[in-house]
Amino acid sequence: MSASPSQGRLSVLADRWLPKLVLSPTLAASLIFVYGFIAWTGWLSFTESRLMPRYDWAGLLQYQALFENERWWTAAANLGIFGSLFILFCLLVGLLMAVLLDQKIRAEGALRTIYLYPMALSFVVTGTAWKWMLNPDMGLQKVMNDLGFANFTFDWLVNPDMSIYTVVIAGVWQSSGFVMALFLAGLRGIDDSIIKAAQVDGASLPTIYRRILIPSLRPVFFSVLLILSHIAIKSFDLVMALTGGGPGTSSDVPAIFMYQFAFTRGQLGQGAASAMMMLFTIVAVLVPLMYMETRSAKRV
Amino acid sequence: MFKNLTVGRALVYAALLLMAIYYLLPLYVMLTTSFKSLDDIRAGNMLSLPQAWQGGAWVKAWAEACTGVECNGMQGFFWNSIKMTLPAVAISTILGAVNGYVVSMWRFRGSDALFTMLLVGCFIPFQVVLLPMAQVLGMLGIANTTTGLVLVHVVYGTAFTTLFFRNFYITVPDELVKAARIDGAGFWTIFLRILLPISGPIFVVCIIWQFTQIWNDFLFGVVFASGEAQPITVALNNLVNTSTGVKEYNVDMAAAIIAALPTLFVYMVAGRYFVRGLTAGAVKG
Repeated sequence: MSASPSQGRLSVLADRWLPKLVLSPTLAASLIFVYGFIAWTGWLSFTESRLMPRYDWAGLLQYQALFENERWWTAAANLGIFGSLFILFCLLVGLLMAVLLDQKIRAEGALRTIYLYPMALSFVVTGTAWKWMLNPDMGLQKVMNDLGFANFTFDWLVNPDMSIYTVVIAGVWQSSGFVMALFLAGLRGIDDSIIKAAQVDGASLPTIYRRILIPSLRPVFFSVLLILSHIAIKSFDLVMALTGGGPGTSSDVPAIFMYQFAFTRGQLGQGAASAMMMLFTIVAVLVPLMYMETRSAKRV
Repeated sequence: MFKNLTVGRALVYAALLLMAIYYLLPLYVMLTTSFKSLDDIRAGNMLSLPQAWQGGAWVKAWAEACTGVECNGMQGFFWNSIKMTLPAVAISTILGAVNGYVVSMWRFRGSDALFTMLLVGCFIPFQVVLLPMAQVLGMLGIANTTTGLVLVHVVYGTAFTTLFFRNFYITVPDELVKAARIDGAGFWTIFLRILLPISGPIFVVCIIWQFTQIWNDFLFGVVFASGEAQPITVALNNLVNTSTGVKEYNVDMAAAIIAALPTLFVYMVAGRYFVRGLTAGAVKG
């Protein structure tokens, strides 16, 4: 922008520099606390740091140790299981609810409020609540037993083979309402005349949804996928509160692995290497999704 | 299926109602459990109503429950969270407003690239900054303090708040600002006189978003603040996972509700803005 000649020289000068000056603290903070710190963590991951950080180059030692660590692979596998099921069920439940709510429902506002309130809760609160409800002695199992199903057992929370699935249950409960809100907003954004035209052509409502409305939600779909995979890869609080990564290390995820090696076991190098792996995972998942999102947004 | 109006609609309503029950069930279980005595919990199941409504668990959760060595309940940590959340929300929101104003209205060469650079801060997994941050907080002498947590939340929250305000100001017509400039209005005058008065809704959205994020944060709290300074989410986790003596589920549930009350309250009062914040943040991730 060019300043008008009526302005005083000083204010022209001020207006040229002020914007940059105002932005600079945040940019400096970003350079140091985001980019600088990533580099710092990266550096640590190439050292032999244990309790205290050391900065002598040690090559790929930490990554080698990480890849030979069975616990890391448990955590990675759990992230795969949790991530895919969490995303799948959130999408299914969210889309279903959005379509149902889109049927000119009475009390839609109240229902939306109910579906979405878990989003206001901390994952720690969600974990605490579900930990109590899935408790093998007194939770769901007892309810079913009292209802007359004497042989009903539900011990996923303390069963090493099943514990990660309890995280899926609680995670879907917390996040699916949010997915519903996004899909519903997407459905509402579609031009009514398209639907009317299809109806005139004799298409039934399910067909309209399957062939026209849901396909046009593509951009929303990618946004949702982006957010959900972000939540999944970073998931930490929920697992900590619900299972603590246990029993044993059976429901460990990378975020917990990183926290424990870096801050409770005094293995800074391992912590740093696992943190870098998390960053790579996010980049590997998010970049293609963002690319597809912008592409599909352009096409529509 | 939808052609048959009565049956179809009944099914739709039934499904929606069933989902509502599913979402409300944990809240119901938490509330009823928190008002039961321990005997009551053992006698009934989690769906049964309390035989006698008792507030004892609430008193204990607030003032007496053990969160490790200390046994002063959640009260101190509740205030910690307030002392952490309010300044962090205020500072990051103001910074975001001014930054958003610059990157939308005062674009200069490279400002778009700088904004993109800033946005990366929204996407990184915070694990990748934890170790250096712990070092720096130690060097600054604010490790394990609420001040340290405020700094961390401001630093990593400003990328989001900038995004919020930038996306809002970008919809304001350029002519408004150009006209003001021709009239001789400067950088701050335009911001204070023209943009601020129309920024009410985005401030609400941004404040609610930041409040929820910071209040509910667990990762930064557990890593950067231990003992006295820990926020309520960390204290809750310690309370629930402290295994000394009998497990008091009623106290756990009361403490969980206490930890959730402020954000639930905000959601109830300003749910509309809450949803808008979620979707606005979501569009860009």
